Amino acid sequence: MDRAIEHTKYLIAGSSHAALEAINAIRMHDAEGPITVVTRDSHLPYSPTVLPYVVSGKSAPARIFLRDEDFFARNKVSYRPESALKALHAEENTAELADGSSIVYEKLLLATGASPAIPPIPGIDTVSYHVLRTLDDALKLRGAIGASKQAVVLGAGLVGMHAAENLVKAGASVTIVEMSDQLTSGYFDKVAADMIEQAFRDAGAKIMTGSRVVRLEPSAAGAKLTLENGTTLEADLLLVATGVKPEMAYLNGSGVEHQQGILVDDRMQTTAANVWAAGDCAQARGFFTGTPVMNAILPDATIQGRVAGMAMAGDPGMQDYAGGVPLNTYHFFGRHAISVGSSKVPEGGEVVTRFDEQTGRYLKAIFTADGCLSGIFGVNEFFDGGVMAQLILRRIDLTPLRERFVANPLAVGREIMSQTWR
Amino acid sequence: MGRAYSTIAFDPAKCDGCGDCMTACAQAKTGTDDVARSRIQIYGREKDFELALCRQCADPKCVTVCPAGALNKDGTTGVIGWDASKCVDCLLCTVGCAYAGIALDETAGHVSKCDTCDGNPACVPACPHGALKYITTANIYNEVGDWEDLFAPGLAGCQGCNTELLMRHTLRRVGPDTVLATPPGCVPGMGSVGFNGTTGTKIPVFHPLLTNTAAMLAGIKRQYKRVGREVQALAIAGDGGASDVGFQSLSGAAERGEQMLFMVVDNEGYMNTGMQRSSCTPYGAWTSTTPVGETSRGKTQDAKNLPLIMVNHRCAYVATASTAYMEDLYEKLDKAILASKTGFAYLHVYSPCTTGWRFPSNLNMEVARKAVETNFVMLWEYTPQEGLHFTKSVDNPLPVTEYLKAMGRFRHLAPEQVEHIQKKVVENQKFVERMTEHAHVG
Ligand SMILES: Cc1cc2nc3c(=O)[nH]c(=O)nc-3n(C[C@H](O)[C@H](O)[C@H](O)COP(=O)(O)OP(=O)(O)OC[C@H]3O[C@@H](n4cnc5c(N)ncnc54)[C@H](O)[C@@H]3O)c2cc1C
Ligand code: SF4
Repeated sequence: MDRAIEHTKYLIAGSSHAALEAINAIRMHDAEGPITVVTRDSHLPYSPTVLPYVVSGKSAPARIFLRDEDFFARNKVSYRPESALKALHAEENTAELADGSSIVYEKLLLATGASPAIPPIPGIDTVSYHVLRTLDDALKLRGAIGASKQAVVLGAGLVGMHAAENLVKAGASVTIVEMSDQLTSGYFDKVAADMIEQAFRDAGAKIMTGSRVVRLEPSAAGAKLTLENGTTLEADLLLVATGVKPEMAYLNGSGVEHQQGILVDDRMQTTAANVWAAGDCAQARGFFTGTPVMNAILPDATIQGRVAGMAMAGDPGMQDYAGGVPLNTYHFFGRHAISVGSSKVPEGGEVVTRFDEQTGRYLKAIFTADGCLSGIFGVNEFFDGGVMAQLILRRIDLTPLRERFVANPLAVGREIMSQTWR
Repeated sequence: MGRAYSTIAFDPAKCDGCGDCMTACAQAKTGTDDVARSRIQIYGREKDFELALCRQCADPKCVTVCPAGALNKDGTTGVIGWDASKCVDCLLCTVGCAYAGIALDETAGHVSKCDTCDGNPACVPACPHGALKYITTANIYNEVGDWEDLFAPGLAGCQGCNTELLMRHTLRRVGPDTVLATPPGCVPGMGSVGFNGTTGTKIPVFHPLLTNTAAMLAGIKRQYKRVGREVQALAIAGDGGASDVGFQSLSGAAERGEQMLFMVVDNEGYMNTGMQRSSCTPYGAWTSTTPVGETSRGKTQDAKNLPLIMVNHRCAYVATASTAYMEDLYEKLDKAILASKTGFAYLHVYSPCTTGWRFPSNLNMEVARKAVETNFVMLWEYTPQEGLHFTKSVDNPLPVTEYLKAMGRFRHLAPEQVEHIQKKVVENQKFVERMTEHAHVG
C-alpha cells in the first residue's frame, strides 16, 4: 500500500539560528498553521558557534540547547531530527527526505546552513582528521584533545582560531597553518591580526602563515603534512578549518537557482515559487555591494530567518532585508576584537586609525565620502557592535561628530542611538 | 493572557548628568564606585542627556543571537536574565542590541546588563531629580486583565477617547452585581444603553434623564435594599449632566448620603451633541456655543469646580483622578467603591476629548498628563475623617501654556487670556492648599 503523503503548511529544513528565528516570526503572525521542522542533526537545536566551548569543556553539552521539546509542543511544531532533506521537487511543492519519504508543503524554508569545506589536498582522504560544525564533531574532538601532544590546525579563520585556543589551553602543542599571509584575514586587518598572532605566540602556539599544504599522508603519530617549501609537520590531531560551504546538494535538478549559495531576493525568496532560504546556505544582497554575497555569520542568519518567516506567513509588518553587513566579535585569551562593516575603503572615503601602545587598544574607523560610517574595527577597544551596525545601516552622517566619535565610539554611538529611540 | 511588565523610564528633561544613578548601580552590582561598570549609562554634555540601558525588549535580539542559551526573557517579570554559567563570552549579544543594553564589563571580562534589581532598581531612588521612574502600572493590567470585561467588545467612541478605558476598567472593578445609570452623554453615545433592544453592558443599565440620574439611581438602590439584595449602584455621567441640569438631583442624593458611586467623566462640555459649553468648560476655551470670531474669544466665564462643591456636601468620599495616573485612579476607585457601601462616593475623572478639544487622537494621555503637571487640574481626595489631601504633589508646576498649547481649543488665546488662566490656576491651587491645611489642623 502506498504511504499516504504527508502535508504541512510550513516546512523548514534545518534547526539552527535561521530556522528558529523563522519559527518565531511565523508564530507571531500565524498561531495555528502547522509547522514541520526536518533536520539532519540528531539533537535538539544548538548553535555551531558554541561548539569550541564544548570542546574546551566550558559548556556542558547538555546545557547548550537553544530550545526544548516543550517549546516545539507549545508552538505546535513537529520537530524531526535525523530527517535530512535529500531532494526538492519545487514544481510539485514536495520535499523528499533521506529516508525516502516525502512531505508536501505550502511554503518551504531552506535553512540548512553550511558544512566544513574540505580542501582538495592530495592524500587528505588517506588520513583521519577532525572538523567542527556539529555537536557530534565537537564531542569527538573533545575526546581527542586530552591525548594530543602535537596538534595542527589547518586554517586561521575564526573557527580554526577558536579551536586552536582551546587546544592550547588543553595543554597540546599547537601549530596553526594558514595559506594567506595573515591570520583571520577577511575579519581583521594586518595590525589586528598581528595582535592576535602575538597573543597566540605568547600562549605557546606556533603560527605558520603564508604556508600551503601540498600533501597529507598517514604516519606513526597520525598524519604527516608537507608544505610547499618542503617543511614537514607531524600531527597526532589534525583539525581542518579552511572554510565552509553551503549545504544545498538537495537542489540538484530542482530548478532553484544557486551560485555560491542559494540566491534569494530581499524577502529571502528563492527563484522558485513557495521556497525561501535563509542563513549560511543563502546568498542574499550585501549591504555594501548591492550584489548577492555570502555573509555566513550568526547575526545575519537570525535576521534573514526572521525576514523569511514573516514573508512566508504573509506578515504585513515585514520590512525588506537591509542587506548583509559583516559583524564579528572575537574573544581570545581574555582579549577581544570586534569588526563591524566593510574593511574596503569606499571611493572618496577616509580611514582613521589610532593605536595606544600602552593599553594595546587599536581602533580603525572607515567613513564614506558623505561622512557615514562604513566599517569599524577594534582590538581591546570595546564598542557596541549592534550600535555600530545601526549607524551603518541607517547611514547616519557622522561628519559633525567625527572627532568625538573616533575618540570614543562607545559613548558617541550610544548617544546617537538613544536619540533615535525617542 | 499575556503579561505586562514594570519598566524603568527616563525623562531626559529632568536629568542634569550628575551620574548618581550610575554610582548607585555600580555599588549595587559590583560593590565598587566604578561608574564605567554601571549597567545604566548616561551620556551627553551640558543639557542633552542620553541613556544606554536594557529596555527589556519584548522581542529581544540579544537573546536570539546568543549561541549559548545564556540569555532568556523571564515570562513573569519580563526581565531578560543572563546566566553566567552558560555564557561563553563571545560578545555576540552586544552585536544584537541596537541600544547598548548589554555590554562588556571590561573589569569583569563578561557582559553585563540591567536586571532591574529584582523589581527594586537601585538607580531610581538614587536620582535626585526624579528623572528615573520605575513604572509599575503594568501591575494593574496583570491583576485585572483577566477579570471579566463587562462592556460589549465593540463600542462607538471617538478614536483616542479615554472613556472606553474608564468604562471597561470601572466595570471590571465593580463587578457583575452592579446597576449602572448612564444619563445622556458620551457614555450612552458609545453604546452603554445599546441598540435595538440589547444593551452594551453585561449588567443592568438604564438611561435616566439628564436631570434625575442620582434620584433614579437612589430609588433603585433602595428598592434592591428593601428586597434584601446587595447591589453596587453606579452612575457614570458627563460633566454637563452632573454640573448643570443634573446638579440638583446629584446634590440631593449627596446630602441624603445615598449609597452609590457617582463617577463624572469630565470632558468639559457637551461633547457628544456637538461640543457645547458646560459650566465645567474652562475660561477661554472654544466650544460651538462659545465660538471664536471677530468679537468673541471663547468662553468668558471660569469653570465651576464641581468636586470641591461635592466636598462641601461632606460626602463619604470625594476624589479627583486622571487616566494619565492610573495607579492613583485605581486606588481611588477602590476607596470610592468601599465608601459607597455606606454613603455617597463621588469620583471626578478629568477626561480629555480628542474631538472637542482638538488634539491628535494619539495624545490623550499626554494632554491628561500635562493638565496635571501644570496644576490645571489637581489630584486629591477627601473623606470627612481625614479631610482633603493631594495625592500628587502640586509643587513646581509647569507653566500652564504647556497644557494650553497641546490642543486646538485654546489656540486663539490672547496673551491676557493666557495670563488670566495662569492666575486662575495659581488661585485654585492656593484655594485647595488652604483646604488641605485645614485638614491638618483637624
Ligand atoms: C566553530 C564555529 C564558530 C563560529 N563562531 C561564530 C562567531 O563567533 N560569530 C558568528 O557570527 N558566527 C560564528 N559561526 C557561524 C555561525 O554558527 C553560523 O553563521 C550560523 O550557525 C548559521 O546559522 P544557520 O541557521 O544558517 O545554519 P547552521 O547553524 O549551519 O545550521 C544548519 C542546520 O541545518 C541542518 N541541516 C543541514 N543540512 C540539512 C539537510 N540536508 N536537511 C535538513 N537539515 C539540514 C543542520 O543539522 C543544522 O540544524 C561559527 C561557526 C562555527 C562552526
Ligand atoms: S557573551 Fe554570553 S550572553 Fe552574550 S551572546 Fe555570548 S554567550 Fe550569550
